[in-house]
Amino acid sequence: MTVGIPSPPPSSRSRSATEKELDRLFEGTALTFALFILLLLVAIGLLVLVQAWPAVKEYGLSFLWTSAWNPVEGRQAFGVLPMVYGTLLTSALSLLIAVPLGLGTALFLSENFIPLKIRTVLVFLVELLAAIPSVVYGLWGIFVLIPALKWCFGLFGVSFTGPSILAASLVLSVMILPIITAISRDSLAALPPELRQGSYGLGATRWGTIFRVLIPAAISGIVGGVMLALGRAMGETMAVTMLVGNANTISSSLLQPGNTIASLLANQFAEAKGIQVAALMYAAFILVILTLIVNILADWIVRKLQAKYD
Amino acid sequence: MPDQKSPSALWQIKVEVLNTFSHKLIGCKIMLQNLSKFRIDLRLTASVLLVAGLAACGGGTTTSTGIMDKTSPLGGKVALTGAGASFPAPLYQNWFIELNKAVPDLQVNYQSVGSGAGVEQFTAETVDFGASDTGMKDEEIAKVKRGVILLPMTAGSIVLAYNLPGVTDLKLARQTYVDIARGKITKWNDPKIAAANPGAKLPDKPITFIHRSDGSGTTSVFTKHLSKISPDFDKEVGSGKSVEWPKTGTFVGAKGNEGVTAQIQQTEGSIGYIEYGYAKQNNLTFAALQNKAGKFVVPSDESAGISLGAAKMPPDLRVSVTDPEGEGAYPAVTYTWILAYKNYPDVAKAKAMEMMIEYGLNEGQAIASTLGYVPLPKSVREKVAVAADAISSEYTIKLK
Repeated sequence: MTVGIPSPPPSSRSRSATEKELDRLFEGTALTFALFILLLLVAIGLLVLVQAWPAVKEYGLSFLWTSAWNPVEGRQAFGVLPMVYGTLLTSALSLLIAVPLGLGTALFLSENFIPLKIRTVLVFLVELLAAIPSVVYGLWGIFVLIPALKWCFGLFGVSFTGPSILAASLVLSVMILPIITAISRDSLAALPPELRQGSYGLGATRWGTIFRVLIPAAISGIVGGVMLALGRAMGETMAVTMLVGNANTISSSLLQPGNTIASLLANQFAEAKGIQVAALMYAAFILVILTLIVNILADWIVRKLQAKYD
Repeated sequence: MPDQKSPSALWQIKVEVLNTFSHKLIGCKIMLQNLSKFRIDLRLTASVLLVAGLAACGGGTTTSTGIMDKTSPLGGKVALTGAGASFPAPLYQNWFIELNKAVPDLQVNYQSVGSGAGVEQFTAETVDFGASDTGMKDEEIAKVKRGVILLPMTAGSIVLAYNLPGVTDLKLARQTYVDIARGKITKWNDPKIAAANPGAKLPDKPITFIHRSDGSGTTSVFTKHLSKISPDFDKEVGSGKSVEWPKTGTFVGAKGNEGVTAQIQQTEGSIGYIEYGYAKQNNLTFAALQNKAGKFVVPSDESAGISLGAAKMPPDLRVSVTDPEGEGAYPAVTYTWILAYKNYPDVAKAKAMEMMIEYGLNEGQAIASTLGYVPLPKSVREKVAVAADAISSEYTIKLK
């Protein structure tokens, strides 16, 4: 679907000089604000990089694929591989759970399966999930989710220590659910009713309409929501710190503790010294780059999908 | 002073602290402290904001209560700010509220930002005093132009708390608890644990070792002790505010003493190091550790007191009790220090500092034991009083 720029309505009178001046003023203001955002981002990136420089010089790119994190004085060695692994794994796993759930919820809430009154309440409840502070999610994870998981795994005779990649991913998926649901629902609800009517008119079933017409039409909004959610999952600190176990190891089991970059930063920054501060900044810079790559990837996917459906 | 301090009582105290000061001042200070991490010289800004904050605080009531000889000597309101270690923070905050009740003209604001940040801010002179769980190093002291006086104010012991239903008085030999921390002993029914605990029903379960995930003085003190008693631990792990824990065995990191406490409560078969006060308040069971003399000692005020008494206090009051002598000494104890400048350009502040230290050494010691800290031995109190008396020539610290 391409949306052409609508041509301005033919005007009967020429616009006054003051109006034109106001237009230009508004344009300038909007541009300044837009540039300010760009400047802010560049400034943050640069500051982080400057602080990270000693570690960049010391460890170079090998920082990315070594897995020692030893801040003990005299034997410092820093590598961020386990944290990159943990960050990517927890966010991917949480997306895997939250995307089908969130998209399903969004479809359910944008279609007329149930009366509007109940739907409004449900929409409100889902959005309320986003308002819960992450420390509360962390506590919920420690005192409710982990004991429940322990009981479940106990049924199968599997020993489960508690804080683990799995526990963190599950809580993350609940945390990002409202973002995916709210944005997907909005973009589904914003579709012109003619699409639905036209599809039904041509004899398509509801199933066919949803999957062949509505989702493709709203795909950019949906992917946008998913990417926003992914950003949140990668950067989430408090709840993850409380649940991930903070062990700088790479383990193939999801039931074992791990660590993420954001959690590492939250834990160690306050008491860090010298090269450790630089190493933490370097890790932060890598997180920024990771998020950037993910966003570029998402943009590329949206373009591809749009090209496909056009 | 209530006898038993529950966490909610501590919380109330914190709320009270916040209410005592203008929110603006605290907000600005926190912002400044965060910024100072980036090594920007903010002294000027800080002092401007402090003056503004003081002006804001100045509108309060000035009615004196009782102690007449202490209300006037400061000649007006004085506010001190300190920052540092989180371990003594509940105690210090309690002291400063009580001190403010006794001397309404003296307000002390303490921010628990961690020992490292405390030393940093103290060096940058953005605070009036710092606090640290480890004494400052020589090269750190050399950086402070106004000179440094290290004052041990209280002490604490670090306990190994565990969650093992049915086992109430676990004894751990020296080599055993080192090996658990090294990831060498990974099962509760290991013969080495069983040898010291005849009769205890030790399950065939893996040991989950819970450690601090954030940098902390507690980790520093505990790993220093382990490194002292075991060359292997020293070689493999070493000591510091955060260390690289072994990759064998199950090691889980949790944030803060409260995080480790919660994790131990939640995880059956876990063991972890926390401060005595936290273990006591949360009714965790903790192990008796074998000391240098070969005896198994349960952590308590008395056993920690013996440990502190065994260490000889050098003239600069910088001592670390890594492995105390004595039959009844509990092995893992530490002092915690207030870092004061040798000279304060502001006479009133110098006096205020001495009054604060005096309060901590007298009334403060009684509060310490109710909160799970270890009161200072008398000989140490005397030495601290003499050292702190050098701050101001117009005030003499009297021990009660």
